[in-house]
Amino acid sequence: MKRVVITGAGTINALGHSVAATLAAMREGRCGISELDFRDVERLAIRIGGQVRGFEAEGRFNRQQMSLYDRFTQFTLTAAKEAIEQSGLEFHGELSAKAGVVLGNSGGGMQTLDENYRSVYEDGKNRVHPFVVPKLMNNAAAGHVSMQFNLKGPSFTVSTACASSNHAMAQAFQMVRSGMSPVMITGGSESMLCFGGVKAWEGLRVMSKDACRPFSANRNGMVQGEGAGIFVFEEYEHARSRGAEILCEVIGFAMSSDAADIVMPSKQGAARAISGALQDARISASEVGYINAHGTGTAANDKTECAAVADVFGPHADSLMISSTKSMHGHLIGGTGAVELLACIMALRDGVIAPTVGYEEPDPECALDVVPNEAREAKVDVALSNAFAFGGLNAVLALRRI
Amino acid sequence: MSTQDKVIAIIAEQAVLEPSDVTLDSTLEDLGIDSLGVVESIFAIEEEFDISIPFNANEPEKSEFDISNVAAIVAGIDKLVLEKA
Repeated sequence: MKRVVITGAGTINALGHSVAATLAAMREGRCGISELDFRDVERLAIRIGGQVRGFEAEGRFNRQQMSLYDRFTQFTLTAAKEAIEQSGLEFHGELSAKAGVVLGNSGGGMQTLDENYRSVYEDGKNRVHPFVVPKLMNNAAAGHVSMQFNLKGPSFTVSTACASSNHAMAQAFQMVRSGMSPVMITGGSESMLCFGGVKAWEGLRVMSKDACRPFSANRNGMVQGEGAGIFVFEEYEHARSRGAEILCEVIGFAMSSDAADIVMPSKQGAARAISGALQDARISASEVGYINAHGTGTAANDKTECAAVADVFGPHADSLMISSTKSMHGHLIGGTGAVELLACIMALRDGVIAPTVGYEEPDPECALDVVPNEAREAKVDVALSNAFAFGGLNAVLALRRI
Repeated sequence: MSTQDKVIAIIAEQAVLEPSDVTLDSTLEDLGIDSLGVVESIFAIEEEFDISIPFNANEPEKSEFDISNVAAIVAGIDKLVLEKA
């Protein structure tokens, strides 16, 4: 089996329009959640989110591109450019033929859906733009990344709600590890912060009206975010032979299904994914120094996740750090695992643990070191990234400092 | 139909029971309605009475709307309907 390393990272989210800006915000424990700003927001009961500010698609993309790129595609292309530029890779010949792009996404072009439903249902128009379908399809972003960077290998989109990005990155990892492809572009994106997108979530009655406070006893729900995180996964020798800068190594993953409930999380399902990732990476539990939690800030997720971690790690659960950066950038649904992987990279590479901000009261059911409110310096050799989706579909990745 | 009869009909349907099995002092838990069933019941009540019920599934005990038993739900609805009028 081949070793797999990350040689490029890119992002745009509520904390920043680049990896450097995002990591700086995480180090400062800055919260990117604020009042939402879009049409009909006054008809929502939930009016906060991690919205990307100051992102002007005009000027960045030409008129023809604008007619084809939903906001989730715009985010994806912006992050992919940053990641691929950092890697220094150019895709020609055999590399181009083998390299592909596997992305996670849940809602597809929800801004496009929202605008066009409004147009035909509310405004009574009988004609829509010819590119509504290619703009809103879930695989549009993956398609455009393949076209823009000349990636002619295996490309597709994975959709497993809140675990989409982790499932996608696990796929890309397998493809490189097995030798199927020397380089895969992977990660995920989401842009659901529009009237219909937030209204649908509002219906579940699990959203917070004021803040995302993972693991805090007074937590009262999740807060949505938007954006993208994109990475270059590269075979180790391929990266070394060209002298590429290596951010960290991806050493394992596991997926599991709760087979229990469509929305309520299961401790056993989560624990099986976490322990499965350790086995796949051939590491012992005591090597893990940091876990980027799924940590949604709902009553159910956080206590279930902490119980799963306690089960898998035993006494070592008390000496590892676990934080939820959703407290800062919100829950990016299908893109969330990708943005959260940046916190793992920061922990491994820079020795800085991103905090769980908004933490106010200890919860005996979440009695782990959740790195409350302030980032911490610590040397970490192995980090995990958890994602547990509606549908009971779980995916956990394991990474190592290099 | 009175508020009470309408609420009992909604809750009975959610619990897959006969309305006669639902009494004023029944709790939703007694009737076997789980957290997702509670959210669905509240939605059905909102639709039936054209009201908005403040309810967050993360902290049901902190909600201004008391769902501790059927009588409390009926009283809460009557109050919201009155406030709306």
